[in-house]
Amino acid sequence: MAEINRDDVAHLARLAHIDMTDDELDRMAGELAVIVDSIKSVSEVAGDDVPATSHPIPLSNVFRDDVVGETLSNEEALLGAPDNADGRFKVPAILDGE
Amino acid sequence: MTAVTDEVLSFDEAMEKYDPVLGFEVHVELNTRTKMFSSAPNAFGDVPNTNVTPVDLGLPGVLPVVNGVAVESAIKIGLALNCRIAEKCYFARKNYFYPDTPKNFQTSQFEDPIAYDGSIDIELADGTVFTVEIERAHMEEDAGKLTHMGGATGRIQGAEFSLVDYNRAGVPLIEIVTKPIVGAGSRAPELAKAYVAAIREIVKNLGVSDARMERGNVRCDANVSLKPKGQEKFGTRTETKNVNSLRAVEHAVRYEIQRHAAVLDSGTPIQQETRHWHEDTRSTTSGRPKSDADDYRYFPEPDLVPVVTNDAWIEKLRAELPEPPAERRKRLQADWGYSDAEFRDVVNAGVMSSIEDTIAAGVSAAVARKWWMGEISRRAKLADVEPAELGVTPELIVELNALIETGKINDKLSRDVLDGVLAGEGTPAEVVEKRGLAVVSDDGPLLEAIDGALAAQPDVADKIRGGKVQAVGAIVGGVMKATRGQADAGRVRELILQRLGVEG
Repeated sequence: MAEINRDDVAHLARLAHIDMTDDELDRMAGELAVIVDSIKSVSEVAGDDVPATSHPIPLSNVFRDDVVGETLSNEEALLGAPDNADGRFKVPAILDGE
Repeated sequence: MTAVTDEVLSFDEAMEKYDPVLGFEVHVELNTRTKMFSSAPNAFGDVPNTNVTPVDLGLPGVLPVVNGVAVESAIKIGLALNCRIAEKCYFARKNYFYPDTPKNFQTSQFEDPIAYDGSIDIELADGTVFTVEIERAHMEEDAGKLTHMGGATGRIQGAEFSLVDYNRAGVPLIEIVTKPIVGAGSRAPELAKAYVAAIREIVKNLGVSDARMERGNVRCDANVSLKPKGQEKFGTRTETKNVNSLRAVEHAVRYEIQRHAAVLDSGTPIQQETRHWHEDTRSTTSGRPKSDADDYRYFPEPDLVPVVTNDAWIEKLRAELPEPPAERRKRLQADWGYSDAEFRDVVNAGVMSSIEDTIAAGVSAAVARKWWMGEISRRAKLADVEPAELGVTPELIVELNALIETGKINDKLSRDVLDGVLAGEGTPAEVVEKRGLAVVSDDGPLLEAIDGALAAQPDVADKIRGGKVQAVGAIVGGVMKATRGQADAGRVRELILQRLGVEG
């Protein structure tokens, strides 16, 4: 039994705001299941004495001094915005019918 | 938007049938110079989208770097809340789509907050103490500010588009989460207010936040559920978002208790949802139900390495903590010898620190209280500002008091002197000189005024001669009037009694 089924993919697609066709959902469910199964083989090798690792590099406490640095100008900040008004990013109405 | 008026039960009736369970998520904005993960300024009220770097805008290829001072502030808050500090903790991505975060995720902490398992004692106005257990305090970042445009009400509903300012995006936030608070009963609304007030006071006292609620430095989400009396299992809760004044916290909790009670009484289950607080109608409306959208798919933030603490670091920070506000109040009240009621008034008037400074400058606790609770509070009220904002310094009070104690001026004149000083006419002594405010201490003019007052009220004079010494007040009043308040009332009294040959 695969760890990822078609419903999971549909759910994730909705959360990620990705529009997927039925065909794409079927294909992706199959492909993701293979990937998950492959990765699962890693846990067969790692015994109970191996902790779950999210950060493979043995670094901690990389901090910055609390000193103000360079910022973007308002014009620079808005350069990549599809639309703007009053020096601010303009976005479509957020609650559509909610 | 359509106004939906929910049924509510009276608070008393709700309390007869149900026990409220509370829970709070309080967000505290830190007052670090820069943001949590970028070196952009953390400042309020600047030109929109100028306090931003590519990190804050979530541009491709950027790398966040943690603000070390923010981490220390988080640890200090944890210590002040009597929390345990994690030996090792991580940042996590909380994924959601909303234009207030340009990255499509908020950098937060998930399974391993920096501080956990704490508690604070909350004292209500009558001295009752509730212990509130703290589940966790974790580090995260604030979101940008949205302004909804084109709608009729400026609200999100009905808006045509929204404008986004990312100056606030990335400002360091500490989210403090309580465990469920059971057993407050009818004190629940009061406790809610007192809890948020205590958090605000603690972070302000630590110096880690400006703690100005009107600027959103401290924001509260209030969870309320009800369970029938005697039932162990918690009811379904609602979360009222962004209740951002102390009074609103109290009202929102009270309202939700009354609304829940009415819903439960009608036999309907409570829907788990967020609620929006409306200050104008003092009621809440339905936000959105808990749904798939709350599946945030947290995962460890790959761009930030873990925060690892050790005892030496934690103890160094603990040593830097100021005296906790509650302990400080106890100590000051004992030092000053104020009654409970007097001290409570001082605290509520917001003049405790001013009084402390004034006593330190060299007057008695009673004199400091007289000034701050009397004349200065009165002026502050008239000007609609905080007493401390009037520009009255401890040194000024010391000088005014010295003038009174040496008999140069009296209480009444001291107010005119204060007027002069605040109007920039110089030191108290200079104002006395310039305005000719010195008390008339030469007995000659006083005796003249006394004779006049006695002649004007012969019946009173007779009474005093007859031994009714307390009647002397009427004559003193007449003399003070005649001298336009510039006489020393004590001296006037002595002279009147002398004049009438009566023993004081």
